[in-house]
Amino acid sequence: MRAVITVIGKDMVGILAQIAASCAKHGINVLEVTQSILQDLFAMIMLVDITKSDATVAALSEEFDSLGAEMGLSIHVMHEDVFNSMHRI
Amino acid sequence: MINTKDILETIRMFDDENLDVRTITMGISLLDCIDPNVEASCRKVYDKICGFAEHLVQTGEDISREYGIPIVNKRISVTPIAILAGANPAASPVHFARALDKAAKTVGVNFIGGYSALVQKGFGPGDYALIESIPEALSETEFVCSSVNVGSTKAGINMDAVKKMGRVIRETAERTADRDCIGAAKLVVFCNAPEDNPFMAGAFHGVSEGDCVINVGVSGPGVVRAAIAKASPADDLSAIAELIKRTAFKITRMGQLVAREASKRLSVPFGIVDLSLAPTPAVGDSVADILEGMGVGQCGGYGTTAALALLNDAVKKGGVMASSHVGGLSGAFIPVSEDAGMVRAAKSGALSLEKLEAMTAVCSVGLDMIVVPGDVPAEVLSGMIADEAAIGMVNSKTTAVRVIPAIGKKVGDELNFGGLLGSGPVMNVNRVSPKAFIDRGGRIPAPLQSLKN
Repeated sequence: MRAVITVIGKDMVGILAQIAASCAKHGINVLEVTQSILQDLFAMIMLVDITKSDATVAALSEEFDSLGAEMGLSIHVMHEDVFNSMHRI
Repeated sequence: MINTKDILETIRMFDDENLDVRTITMGISLLDCIDPNVEASCRKVYDKICGFAEHLVQTGEDISREYGIPIVNKRISVTPIAILAGANPAASPVHFARALDKAAKTVGVNFIGGYSALVQKGFGPGDYALIESIPEALSETEFVCSSVNVGSTKAGINMDAVKKMGRVIRETAERTADRDCIGAAKLVVFCNAPEDNPFMAGAFHGVSEGDCVINVGVSGPGVVRAAIAKASPADDLSAIAELIKRTAFKITRMGQLVAREASKRLSVPFGIVDLSLAPTPAVGDSVADILEGMGVGQCGGYGTTAALALLNDAVKKGGVMASSHVGGLSGAFIPVSEDAGMVRAAKSGALSLEKLEAMTAVCSVGLDMIVVPGDVPAEVLSGMIADEAAIGMVNSKTTAVRVIPAIGKKVGDELNFGGLLGSGPVMNVNRVSPKAFIDRGGRIPAPLQSLKN
């Protein structure tokens, strides 16, 4: 099962490192990362494999919510199917 | 990998534009709960609902968390209770309302629909008693919603039922006057009522439906409004219709995903996705804002009906390809108190009841969540119902009346229902009496377009 993690907010040192560390902690394999910085706005999208994760999407979502609040970023974890069903026929 | 732009668009829809799945509604047949002993019947009703819907709320919350999609309401619709009440017409059907209310409380849903009667052609054994009991049932219960179908394109309009319903609406409001007349907000009078509608207050589980089914109602006026706001002023209305279609497609696909998942997890067949634009009082989540975004100066001005017709049609065209089964009401709702833009237009005088009636000829339902003065006589309400039913009957579409007489209040005052029901100003009503017309009773014959065979 794959999920998409999106991170949006003000650019700062260590965003990718923090998110990746959380993923590693739960046994989540990062498949693809794209990131862009427009002026000061940081936007990162990460496609991850959560098949072997020890946490559910719901639990991850809660964990990233609090991490996002600490770092002043908006972090979402969503099931890949949401994007596939909305944007692909 | 999925396109970055698409991913950010989806996140924005959820975060900023109030996209949600409005309701997962489980339809449950109560035909096997019919029993001449009312107490036994109520026990069967309670047990069946609690058994089938035991995991409904939890499943909805699980899907919401796992997919990151807000699912606002979990609800139940049941077989029209008049059919069960018919087994013992002497007993009060309010027993059933109490059983439904108790079951709703036990399983944790926020509404249960189906305290209903289908009387478009005549009254069956339980219909009279059920209709007469509506004021008591809605004032005594918290979660029960009621609907009565008084007309259809095939059957014509039952004017005896229309007459009754004017009085029943007033009585329901009177009995709940201490709670902002909330009872009347849970009562809908239909023409051409759909049997698989997941939205309240008009949801019921039709007799031709299966034993149990999952129907999903999607929403998303905020998303459509945001899409139109990004359109260039040079875009013509064909381009606007295309934009709405594309947006409706995406919204409906999300609904289909949730419906499929809920159906699988609950081991209940998937019924339909209702692709309605259902506004909420939240700023920006408004159908009126969409119409104004298209260029109508203010909702209610000339051009509003045409803009709404375009919107309603484009929503259906976009959504229909996104789901394997589309049903329910499907289109754009125009409930006044639930839509901040409509409330604004009604308060400023731009939106009148007469204009709303015209809009119901092209929207997906009818006169919805409209607060009228408390002293409007029952026959005027019946006249209003008759006119709405006539629009539905002749145009082969669903129409409905959900008006709330604000007991003790006059034009300019306000009723506040709270939550998704919102608050609405008391609107002016044409008081010319249709009493002689309504008192004639009988049936308005089905129109020529009913003879299709």
